[in-house]
Amino acid sequence: MTTPVTIRLQEADFDTAREVAAMSAGRTDVGAVVSFSGVCRGGVDGDAIDALTLEHYPGMAEAEIGRHVEEALARWPLLGVTVIHRYGRIEPGENIVLVVTASSHRQAAFEAAEFLMDYLKTRAPFWKREDRAAGDTNWVDAAAHDDAAAARWTKS
Amino acid sequence: MKVVYFAWVRERIGKAEETVEPPAEVRTVGELINWLAGRGETYAHAFETPRVIRAAIDHAHVPPETAIAGAREIAFFPPMTGG
Repeated sequence: MTTPVTIRLQEADFDTAREVAAMSAGRTDVGAVVSFSGVCRGGVDGDAIDALTLEHYPGMAEAEIGRHVEEALARWPLLGVTVIHRYGRIEPGENIVLVVTASSHRQAAFEAAEFLMDYLKTRAPFWKREDRAAGDTNWVDAAAHDDAAAARWTKS
Repeated sequence: MKVVYFAWVRERIGKAEETVEPPAEVRTVGELINWLAGRGETYAHAFETPRVIRAAIDHAHVPPETAIAGAREIAFFPPMTGG
């Protein structure tokens, strides 16, 4: 049977509990469901932001996420994968991204979710802009630790 | 060929996409970046540090030495910060 895969890019928020529940609904082969939610923070070290604006590259974003989901399916015995990534204006406390993976046992689900998040951060064409009061905006710099996290999945 | 820009590359250039016709000696993604950088102040600013610019041809990441022949759409953007 083909592993069910859901990839959605959307402006609207999503219901994490519903997406997690859907992963094992109506089936008895799933033994482990792992979910990761990325949430918008209100700022760092007292430097408050009003919101993040997420820009993305339509077409490539779906294609790139799809390629990494295919790789995850090839590397781990997964029974389901859901990736939802929002774009547009996102305020502190709101969801940004959701990855849900299902497998018979926990290790594959944990590892695949982490693999997908590491690649989403460094290879999926999304860019975060911090919006502050008085129209001050700042594009977020890529973090070297994210590149290092993605690199550890590269087969040697 | 169609060229598209994202995030601060788009903001610095002042447009999201355009059609360009580089001369025949511009053969690779890296050479296209250098050629675009020579088109004016806004382009020079966007491409002032070529090593940080990421590129994609037809929705797939490519390194700067990649040939541009046959490309339908070439994208330039900063390192990605999604997730």
